[in-house]
Amino acid sequence: MTQDVILEIRGLRAGVGDVEILKGIDLTIRLGETHAIMGPNGSGKSTLVNVLAGKPEYEAWAGQVTYKGRDLLQMPPDERAREGLFLAFQYPVELPGVRIREFLRAALDSIREHHGLDKLSVREFNRLLQEKAKEMGIDQDFLRRNVNEGFSGGEKKRHEIFQLLLLDPTLALLDETDSGLDVDALKIVADGINRFRGPQKAILLVTHYQRILNYVAPDYVHILIDGRIVASGGKELALEVEAKGYEWLRQTVGG
Amino acid sequence: MASRRKVISRETGIEEKEYRWGFVIPIEEETVPKGLNEEIVRLISQKKGEPGWMTEWRLRAYRYWRSLGYVEPKWAKIYHPPIDYQDIIYYAAPPKESDRPKSLEEIDPELRRAFDKLGIPLEEQKRLAGVAVDAVLDSASVATTFQKKLEDLGIIFCPISEAIQKYPELVRRYLGSVVPYTDNFFAALNSAVFSDGTFVYVPPGVRCPMDLMTYFRINQAEVGQFERTLIVADRGSYVSYLEGCTAPIRKRHQLHAAVVELIALEDAEIKYSTLQNWYPGDREGRGGIYNFVTKRGICLGRNSKISWTQVETGSAITWKYPSVILKGDNSVGEFYSVALVNHRQQADTGTKMVHIGKHTRSTIIAKGISAGYGQNTYRGLVKIMPSADYARNFTRCDSLLIGNRCGAHTTPYLEVRNPTARIEHEATTSKISEEQLFYLISRGIREEDAQYMIVNGFCRGVFQELPFEFAMEVSQLLRVSLEGTVG
Repeated sequence: MTQDVILEIRGLRAGVGDVEILKGIDLTIRLGETHAIMGPNGSGKSTLVNVLAGKPEYEAWAGQVTYKGRDLLQMPPDERAREGLFLAFQYPVELPGVRIREFLRAALDSIREHHGLDKLSVREFNRLLQEKAKEMGIDQDFLRRNVNEGFSGGEKKRHEIFQLLLLDPTLALLDETDSGLDVDALKIVADGINRFRGPQKAILLVTHYQRILNYVAPDYVHILIDGRIVASGGKELALEVEAKGYEWLRQTVGG
Repeated sequence: MASRRKVISRETGIEEKEYRWGFVIPIEEETVPKGLNEEIVRLISQKKGEPGWMTEWRLRAYRYWRSLGYVEPKWAKIYHPPIDYQDIIYYAAPPKESDRPKSLEEIDPELRRAFDKLGIPLEEQKRLAGVAVDAVLDSASVATTFQKKLEDLGIIFCPISEAIQKYPELVRRYLGSVVPYTDNFFAALNSAVFSDGTFVYVPPGVRCPMDLMTYFRINQAEVGQFERTLIVADRGSYVSYLEGCTAPIRKRHQLHAAVVELIALEDAEIKYSTLQNWYPGDREGRGGIYNFVTKRGICLGRNSKISWTQVETGSAITWKYPSVILKGDNSVGEFYSVALVNHRQQADTGTKMVHIGKHTRSTIIAKGISAGYGQNTYRGLVKIMPSADYARNFTRCDSLLIGNRCGAHTTPYLEVRNPTARIEHEATTSKISEEQLFYLISRGIREEDAQYMIVNGFCRGVFQELPFEFAMEVSQLLRVSLEGTVG
């Protein structure tokens, strides 16, 4: 079923500056699938999603990444986004003076233009904005604020998932979207992610803890340690890791 | 990288690159010989058919200027080769004063087309239908719209040369009352040779129903533009005035030395907005306008208010400090500024708020953006006189750097001579971070657009002060001015 493959990573090595962080990653994601990547701090989880999104300081040294049949690493990051790749940031940056509405409008316009679609009218855009805001429990006052400016940790994460629903990409990369959330906030964020899921969508979810997987059930779980995927399995693997700790796997792999 | 996005002109359908206002209007203009002496001053005055008092005033200004020995003020952080004041043409105007079109229908079609292209239609029913326009080409006003409608309300909106003829008592009373010709080198020069500009008088209790606008255009080579604007808002009146300016691309520098005086009487309010887009010179700093301007307003009466908003994106060098003298008790002064320098541009700009009256308040919001090799200086004075009990000032001064070859400098001066004053000063300097750019880019937004959005956000506090007519124009201007700053 190769036509269902949305992302194919082969032998990916990557780093920041002179430091090699990913030491050979192989991963295949098909449409409809949710993959969770778990690993201890510093294992390379964030590096993986940042390389895929095209963040400038993260460099791919070797290997191949194919996205929708194209060489992803050759695509500029804004084009990756317009082609349906979305990164929910672990630490969304503040943009003083940039209104949420104006930002989302620009993003949506440029994505639609890329796909040969007309820009939404102000009315259509407002309707879409209201609809998605409601789904994420976001009120009108919030939409008048500047992007991430003065947001609490929870608001930032909720805003990321709100964007996910509004921009409606194909492949979502979620970088520790669960970190720093209390249970209520986690539920809202998880609900948003589940709403996004579908047969024509795929998710790569990076997390340190198993907790979010209670709400967003993954199809596959991969354990990343020291830049390599050391184990892959179903949801039960996450529970096992939680019970035994990452040390257990490190020893199993016989590092 | 993604291919560079093209900006297509709404007016012409032509791709806009660099400075799109850089064309020359093919119109015959009459000029006086190069250089400056008493004869030239008399000649300009004569061409304008001015009364004797005006000629005398000009000559006094000229003599004062000569006494300064060609030495410009040196305190600003700007650098330029010496200016040869004898190598400038001080007067250029389309045909003769007497041939000036009597009505809008008589305007030279070439001129009309040119102003259309600049986005300033000289027809009352066009895009700027809600704005009355005075169009000044080099040294003379070429068209003024909506004069009749304004006249009915007793509002005077006309070229200053016309005002000298028709309203000599008003002009004599206020001309030089806020900026005397002894104020500084460029004010003296302007007083001697100013050729046109706009005069506005709003009678007591009248709220001007439309924005008034003067559009300044330098057209001729080797010409200096020296316009003079005088705005008087009588008791309880209100006026919003807009000023725009452009010039053709020329290899040599051109001098623009204007003087603007604002007078607000009791309970009056003047809102003055500038969109300064003089030719900035090329990437290497060749050509461009030297914009040496003195702008000052006085809140003469109680409860009066003067508000300056400026967006400065053009000129090779900008030297400009729109100021407010807060004389009336409870009067209010405001200064909102965005100054952008790119390539080799230099700007030394800011304001002076001089508090004399009791309970006077002033607000200063200055945003400086530096890109390329540009040098941007904010220079501001807040002066609280002993008489100004309970005066208040709030100053916020932010600098944004794009790239690492440009500079931002902040030089605030505070002179407080009354212990009841309350003064706040905030200043920040930041760079557009990779993180911010990437956040926007990762949502599919192109890098240039991302940068523009961040700069636009940085300027928000100032842009929201702009009248609606200018807001669209400013967005476009900012975009063009930032072109080529994405690495």
